Amino acid sequence: MTPAAREARLWYWQRVSAMVLALCVLVHIATIVYAVRGGLSAAEILSRTRGSIAFGAFYIVFLVACAVHVPIGLAAILEEWLGLSRRGARIAAAAFVALTFGFGVAAIEGVVFS
Amino acid sequence: MRRFNDARARNHASYWAFVVHRISGLLLALFLPIHLWALARALNGEIALDGFLRAVDRPLFKLAEWGLVVLLALHAAGGVRLLLIEFASWSGLRKDLIAAAAGVGVVAGLAFALALFY
Repeated sequence: MTPAAREARLWYWQRVSAMVLALCVLVHIATIVYAVRGGLSAAEILSRTRGSIAFGAFYIVFLVACAVHVPIGLAAILEEWLGLSRRGARIAAAAFVALTFGFGVAAIEGVVFS
Repeated sequence: MRRFNDARARNHASYWAFVVHRISGLLLALFLPIHLWALARALNGEIALDGFLRAVDRPLFKLAEWGLVVLLALHAAGGVRLLLIEFASWSGLRKDLIAAAAGVGVVAGLAFALALFY
């Protein structure tokens, strides 16, 4: 793949993931505003989420879309603002997202599937 | 030779929309692993998660949470603005989209603040 084709592909995936995230964030903010009333408690959160196929499916989609979306923007910032090489920026962004994704899998497992 | 933008290029709503989108995206990305790490405490049971929730139940953390909700709303609305510019068949400067995106941030901030206190 030529460098230009790779840039175009990254642009495409950033936009496609953004379309998914736009819907996810809308649902997420509505859930936050609903859930935060009267304060947060683990019992309240987990009673809603544990064993829920809907919450599980939603957060899996949300997490995967984040994992696609975040590294593309992060790599651009590392390159343009911190002066990293393109390759270095991509490696650093990928490492950051791999860590985040690991926490995300653990979070979904803990909040929904345990 | 490094070239610098003419300051006039930055004295424009679109430039500030870019700055807000980039800073909010960066802060949200940095917050994400912390957020997910905290939620992963539920793996160790309800008590572990509750301990964390109680530890962050302080005004400073609430203010930070409020800021994150606003950043999320601003980044999402600013992102929809970009998608409309790139994929919808409209023309013109579309500064109204920037105003609308800022409005979404205000609405989310007020809704979250109301939910926090009432």
